Amino acid sequence: MSQVQIERGTRASRIFSMAAVIALLGLVALPWWGGPGDMRLAAEMAYYLALAMLWNLLAGYAGLVSVGQQAFIGLGAYAFFYLTSSLGVHVYGAMALAGPFAGLISIPVAFVVFRLRGHYFAIGTWVVAEIFALGASLIEELGAGSGMSLTPAIVRQVSSSRDGRETLEYWMSLGICTIIFAVVYIILRSRQGLALTAIRDSEPASGSLGVNVFRTKLFIYVATATCTGLVGSLIFLQKLRLSPEAGFSVNDWTVVVIFMVVVGGIGTIEGPIIGMLIYILLRELFADFGSLYLILMGVIAVAIMLKAPGGVWGLISERYNLHLFPISRRLMRDETAAARDKSEASDK
Amino acid sequence: MMDWVNILVQGCLLGGLYGLFAIGLSLSFGIMRLVNIAHGDLIVLSAYVAMIVVEFTGLDPITGLLVILPTMFLFGYALQRGLLNFTLEGGLLPPLLVTFGISVIIQNGLLLSFGAYTHRLKLGAIETQSIVFPGDMSVGVFPLITFGVAVLSIGGLQLLFYKTALGRAFRAVSDDADTAELLGINKRHLFALAMAIAMAFTALAAVLFAIRTNFDPAAGPIRLILAFEAVIIGGLGNIWGTLIGGIVLGLAQAVGAALSPTWQILAGHLAFIVILIIRPSGLFPRTRD
Repeated sequence: MSQVQIERGTRASRIFSMAAVIALLGLVALPWWGGPGDMRLAAEMAYYLALAMLWNLLAGYAGLVSVGQQAFIGLGAYAFFYLTSSLGVHVYGAMALAGPFAGLISIPVAFVVFRLRGHYFAIGTWVVAEIFALGASLIEELGAGSGMSLTPAIVRQVSSSRDGRETLEYWMSLGICTIIFAVVYIILRSRQGLALTAIRDSEPASGSLGVNVFRTKLFIYVATATCTGLVGSLIFLQKLRLSPEAGFSVNDWTVVVIFMVVVGGIGTIEGPIIGMLIYILLRELFADFGSLYLILMGVIAVAIMLKAPGGVWGLISERYNLHLFPISRRLMRDETAAARDKSEASDK
Repeated sequence: MMDWVNILVQGCLLGGLYGLFAIGLSLSFGIMRLVNIAHGDLIVLSAYVAMIVVEFTGLDPITGLLVILPTMFLFGYALQRGLLNFTLEGGLLPPLLVTFGISVIIQNGLLLSFGAYTHRLKLGAIETQSIVFPGDMSVGVFPLITFGVAVLSIGGLQLLFYKTALGRAFRAVSDDADTAELLGINKRHLFALAMAIAMAFTALAAVLFAIRTNFDPAAGPIRLILAFEAVIIGGLGNIWGTLIGGIVLGLAQAVGAALSPTWQILAGHLAFIVILIIRPSGLFPRTRD
């Protein structure tokens, strides 16, 4: 009998996690080796990566293909602006409250949109986001249609100098991105993650095996809404100005994010990272040609969906059997035991 | 009192346009179970096609339909046969994300080619003419025509579906595409024909919309949402339901606008949410998802 053992990690994943830790340390040190422009770009990459991972968790694992995540960006940002500007809450306190606020609102939203299935769920979530956007533009306390700005006094709570502020905000982006990455990774490796993967593969089958489909989906929906709200407050702390169109923009906060995930590889951990890098690369390369990069992104996404639904990462991992962030357990043949079995068999 | 009658009539007529927007979406869902995220952008694309046709031929937009409708019919056929047919097997994500990609391509393609300017089709005096009914209620001629076109379109589709061999084939693939294929129906061709018809109606809606309102490359998504709400309110796969869904939406918006102009769109969305909570499968459901 040959010996088998069950493994999660691979040699590649162990080498890669070492490299990832080193790269992360390098990024933490960016303020000392890069300029303000690099920091802004890196901060943007960090929050886009966070959004891509969250959408991937939602759509790629829980099967909740939402086109309305901008609702929670906007809610988080508005909560943050209102708390700091009107109620005088400290910046960090307001950021800590913005996420849970978005999460709280997402509970009643879930009970409405979960009535819709599949594609209808997608457009339904979008309608909800539109309602929040229109609602924000009606409320005078939130600046109505023209929106709100952070006053210099509030901004100085982060740091009194411009350099200090940019550095701190960059670290916050990096930190929140890392935390969200860890949260997503832990969820996927937990019991909930197993239930999620089962739901992704077959909803009725997982239900019949005792997975509480509704509760699992609700948990993921509220968790991603909370994290998305937090990211929203962070993004608009950096932008300083918030309006209903900017906060609830479907293009900026959902369309772009969906492309990253689809192009990189939906339903994988590595996919969003690759997709985010491809998006940023395309955008920077074609910066002089208006929205041409979005058209290219659209063409690539359509081609990927038709020819390689696993995305770029799907192609790579299939070809090289590579798993950098292992979630699934795989059967590994123990090589030495197998060799011993073979020699024993030949002795007889 | 008379004010409210007036508001309800205007809402009803506006609903006719929303019903027209929704026909294409309702058809592609009813027949191929395809939810076309690019639907709103296809409406806007059709409006641009109409604008180009009007500019090059010098025809008025209504006569121009003789060129516009066949063009969009062929476009719809090619779109389904060349692209969308390949997304129909393999679950939820491919059709959703492919039409999503098409939506972004159309939006930004129009933005790059025509800029962000607003455009409008001109039809002359009829745009502003109105008929005055007893009790001082004036109803615009053009909204009335739009509503009539919506009712006639849906009546025509009803005849197509229930009185012709093609309609029987459509209903057969809608019920069970694989069994229909065993009986000699070419699913791919039929789906493409359905999309071609859907696009022709979309183009018709687009021309009427472009005469009534300004349009620009970013005008698509809200049309998709309106069409989608009409389809869901009316009940999936029910073509008359779609018109009624459009009317419900139009009425809600008219009432909202009467309370305050800023409430118009929001009132429509809220009506949609309320109906979704009370009757998740719409007012007159026919197909099951």
